[in-house]
Amino acid sequence: MTRAATKNLISTAAFGLALTLGAPVRAQDVPPDQLVKTVTLEVVDLIKSDKEIQAGNRAKLIQLIDAKVLPHFNFSAMTALAMGQSWNKANPDQKKRLTEEFRTLLVRTYASALAAYSEQKFDFRPLRAKPTDTDVTVQVRVLQPGTQPVPIDYSMEKTAAGWKVYDVMVGGVSLVANYRTEFNSTVRESGIDGLIKNLATKNKSLEGAALEKKK
Amino acid sequence: MTRVLLLAALLGAATGCASTAERDPRDPWEPLNRGIYSFNDKLDTYVARPVATGYTKVVPSEIRERVRNVFANVGDVFIGVNNFLQGKFEDGVSDWARFAFNTTFGIFGIHDIATDMGYEKHNEDFGQTFGRWGAPTGPYLVLPILGSSDVRDGIGWGFDFYTDPLNETEPFAVHWGLVTLRLIQTRADLLDASRILEEAALDKYVFQRDAYLQRRRNLVYDGQPPREKEPEDDSSSDKKPN
Repeated sequence: MTRAATKNLISTAAFGLALTLGAPVRAQDVPPDQLVKTVTLEVVDLIKSDKEIQAGNRAKLIQLIDAKVLPHFNFSAMTALAMGQSWNKANPDQKKRLTEEFRTLLVRTYASALAAYSEQKFDFRPLRAKPTDTDVTVQVRVLQPGTQPVPIDYSMEKTAAGWKVYDVMVGGVSLVANYRTEFNSTVRESGIDGLIKNLATKNKSLEGAALEKKK
Repeated sequence: MTRVLLLAALLGAATGCASTAERDPRDPWEPLNRGIYSFNDKLDTYVARPVATGYTKVVPSEIRERVRNVFANVGDVFIGVNNFLQGKFEDGVSDWARFAFNTTFGIFGIHDIATDMGYEKHNEDFGQTFGRWGAPTGPYLVLPILGSSDVRDGIGWGFDFYTDPLNETEPFAVHWGLVTLRLIQTRADLLDASRILEEAALDKYVFQRDAYLQRRRNLVYDGQPPREKEPEDDSSSDKKPN
């Protein structure tokens, strides 16, 4: 295990070096499993070394996730998947607002999860996919003493701008699928605008809670 | 006692509900479940969470890890039994090897040396065994104190309870001390997760229910569930195969 971890570290370091040395690696050429590993380790390192984040500065944590993680997520795909059949009922403007609100909510959730796991060890599983595949699952496991490892699976799709995450499964629970029932029942009861309003209210209350904590 | 509660819950649900079109087919007893859920939630807010938070403040994480290890080790015996019952002999043998090594060289499970030796910790219980045998989950069920469950897992929990190795501990005070400590430890381990749930959910009840059903399905298939059909036309006809 420790040897594997060291190996992971070395290969990641080598990969990072290749990137910084300006080797001709374009974003779209980075394999999805490497991308997940580099970004995860980088973010976890930054979380651990940042005293303000450690002390509970949520705004700074979210800023960090915003800058490092967000570019690798495809939020409109995530929102469309979470909405299921309701997605087609939304007009372009509603789609845009839904995606924005859902993105804000997901970023907060993801930031909290990463912060909670930042002290644990990660096991990056080798990718089981053909080089020609354009839709893959990248598997990471969080190793915690005394419990079964928690699997985190990233569903990723190849796009012109590189590999993008469109769903995250934690312990077999798909984040996107988990919102589907809620989104659909809200749409049934109060329409697309009702859902947008609900999401916005939720985001505002979280923002308020974060500010409250800071005082 | 728990059986009585379970029965009461079932009866109450059967008599008190007339299913409407709006209701999720996996959760026909939603009104009753929501009632129990809000009772549990209050109990958690005013008792369990404060106690667990205090525990993490007072007891250093080093010690908490040891406590977790000891209870995890005790649990490995019946995790092994369940693996055998599901026909996964290799996993069952591995669980018992874990128990043997951790109890002896790991000093009553204080140290989880088996993991370092390559014997991975598993997650099994009777509910999963019944699922593996093909038992359907039945309706979703919120149990008093215990929380999210379904009919299959509720019955499974009964078996887990009767086979709990802590039942053998004596005297009474020691037994309840250990049971309480395990509860506090378990709740403490879930502090982060429950906070994240609270942040993520629009409706905590629905979010937790859906997560529970997804999670259990994943566990029954040991992380490799067969693909589900996407609910394309109407989400209310979205039936889970298990």
